[in-house]
Amino acid sequence: MNAERWVAATLLGSMAASLALVALYAFTPGNPQAEGALLAVALGGVGIAIVVWAAALIDAPLEEEPWHSLESPAAEREAAGAAMADEDITRRRFLVRLLAAAGGLLAAALALPAFSLGPEPGRDLFVTGWRRGARLVDEDGAPLRVADLLIDGVRTVYPEGAVGRPDSQTLVIRLRPGDLALTDDRAGWAPGGVVAYSKICTHAGCPVGLYRAAARELLCPCHQSTFDVTRGAVPVFGPAARPLPQLPLEVDDAGFLVASGDFPEPVGPSFWNLTHDPPDAESEDGA
Amino acid sequence: MAARWFDERLGLASWTRSGLRKIFPDHWSFLLGEVALFCLVILVLTGVFLTLFYVPDAAVVTYEGSYAPLHGQEVSRAYASVLDLSFEVKAGLVMRQVHHWAALVFVAAIVVHMLRVFFTGAFRKPREINWLVGIGLLLLTLAMGITGYSLPDDLLSGTGLRIIYSAVIGIPLIGPYLAFLVFGGEFPTETIISRLFVFHVMLLPALLIGGVLTHLAILWRQKHTQFPGGPRTERNVVGRPFWPTQVFKSTGLLMLTSAVIALMGGLIQINPVWTYGPFDAATVSAPAQPDWYVGWLDGALRLFPPIEFTILGITVPTVFIPAIVIPGILFGILTLWPFIEPLLTGDRETHHLLDRPRDSALRTSIGVAGLLVFVVLTVAGGNDVITLVAQIPVEGMTEILRVAFFVVPLAGFAVTYRVCRELQARTDAPRPRAVRLRRTPSGGFEEAGDE
Repeated sequence: MNAERWVAATLLGSMAASLALVALYAFTPGNPQAEGALLAVALGGVGIAIVVWAAALIDAPLEEEPWHSLESPAAEREAAGAAMADEDITRRRFLVRLLAAAGGLLAAALALPAFSLGPEPGRDLFVTGWRRGARLVDEDGAPLRVADLLIDGVRTVYPEGAVGRPDSQTLVIRLRPGDLALTDDRAGWAPGGVVAYSKICTHAGCPVGLYRAAARELLCPCHQSTFDVTRGAVPVFGPAARPLPQLPLEVDDAGFLVASGDFPEPVGPSFWNLTHDPPDAESEDGA
Repeated sequence: MAARWFDERLGLASWTRSGLRKIFPDHWSFLLGEVALFCLVILVLTGVFLTLFYVPDAAVVTYEGSYAPLHGQEVSRAYASVLDLSFEVKAGLVMRQVHHWAALVFVAAIVVHMLRVFFTGAFRKPREINWLVGIGLLLLTLAMGITGYSLPDDLLSGTGLRIIYSAVIGIPLIGPYLAFLVFGGEFPTETIISRLFVFHVMLLPALLIGGVLTHLAILWRQKHTQFPGGPRTERNVVGRPFWPTQVFKSTGLLMLTSAVIALMGGLIQINPVWTYGPFDAATVSAPAQPDWYVGWLDGALRLFPPIEFTILGITVPTVFIPAIVIPGILFGILTLWPFIEPLLTGDRETHHLLDRPRDSALRTSIGVAGLLVFVVLTVAGGNDVITLVAQIPVEGMTEILRVAFFVVPLAGFAVTYRVCRELQARTDAPRPRAVRLRRTPSGGFEEAGDE
């Protein structure tokens, strides 16, 4: 088959595919696979036709074009410089500087509304929704007793009244009291062997969603940071450098698990002033 | 006549004549940039269609569309609108999948085009400016990719946004303020989806299209480079004219690129957000992978050891170095390469003839080493998948990759340098020729010559 026939055949094929595409759209509910395939034939037919045409039917011998130098002659450059340096402007140096200063200040003034884009961080990164006495509730708002948790069972909980609040998501795990190896100052934080840790990874903020019960480790699926829940969620593998903050727990008079305060340090990924006192540090609730 | 009418008003005849006769050198590798350009055309066309259906709104609604497994679920309006444009809008799914595939091919074509320019030395004087414009285009494209990927407000992309927020918040001194300005508060915020939308469909495309036009205008002005050989010298351009040859070839390539991407968009499922589910701050899926061009950053986050320290009361978070410093250094070297290379080689001449990669062993070896850094980090970004497939514990996998991060690029550098040298020696040395020998009466040999 000669080139002209190839071109004609592929163009006809393309036309057929386009018509089929129209029919598909008009008479059926549509089908992504067929739409994609027909579109490919319609486009590809024209593409092949044009390429064959260019290769076989256009007589284009190699041609040569001389290089023009990009660089201007020296005289031309000097003339351009002289044209820029208009006397009426270069003479008035003081006014030129004043104009530049006015322009700079104007730009700064115009840029200021960019700060309307977000609030100042303030205390937001230092506090969560947890308060002394806040009950631990599940996603449906139901409070928990120690006995509601199985050994090595893990639950996502929130402070009562703030279900779903992202910075307050917390994991509770019930361990055999003998498995616990918390430091002495945290000995009273785990009534009945129940420990609670922030669910937000201290590395890059993903929810630490996987619990390996056999090793008693929490694993973050994003970057595989691994935390030992028996020892205050210290990192044992992966890129996280800080333990998951631990929520101090106690049991209230009705037998439900409650927090005995907010997390002792900021939750989530680290930031530069995380070890400083939070701005405006007088706390609203004495926690 | 129409041409006459315009010429009387604009005086275009001589400009048109010289433009149509402009000579373009011919080599398959010069088409890679064109593939990227045509992907952009596809992205604009399909993107406009998607914009007419997508709703950038974080407000919560109950999903009631035709995808049964999510019936009755609380989802954002943004997520619901993506499902609707996929399932209820005729031809919507194919448009969306073509858009996503075109984006993936777009970044790939830009990267391969950039590698071609790098390894052939096409960035050398006088083309340093266009290299810088090109790097700017690459960065804009990555920003387009990340903002677009996050718009459906699904679980996977929401997790990606969360990691970006964490990287920003980790910048010493300014991080928390910057993150709160960009996101409008502590993550997750209501406003972020509509902000991403404005960037993705308005600000970034305007910059991208302006940059592409600049890139092309500079190319047109400076003329294309060419490989040496035949009649080609530093003082001429040898090739075929813009009209009709180049126009036909480029139009054909536009059609064929579109055809391949249409086929992918129709037949190969991409980013099925309905299987990921809507974003929820307390949920995450595993294994989780971002789009391919972000995988290396995620890999860097996975490999970097837990180093976090405080100097002068300023904590430097463990994400800061892999997420900000290392990419910053890599992109810095890449951006400044046209100015670094002359310092190493002393070559400050104008070059219109291209190198073959072997011609500059140093450049090629450094390029290969850089590429291998990228490859190792990308592999690390998929370490959970490799762990699943190969049944190696993820801890061991990570240790291996931490070593590989240093060893593989260095080995790649050494091997490439050696190979380039060998190839150079083979090209420079005179070809061995076959000779016929004759026994001399005294018992020795002498060359017989052709008889």
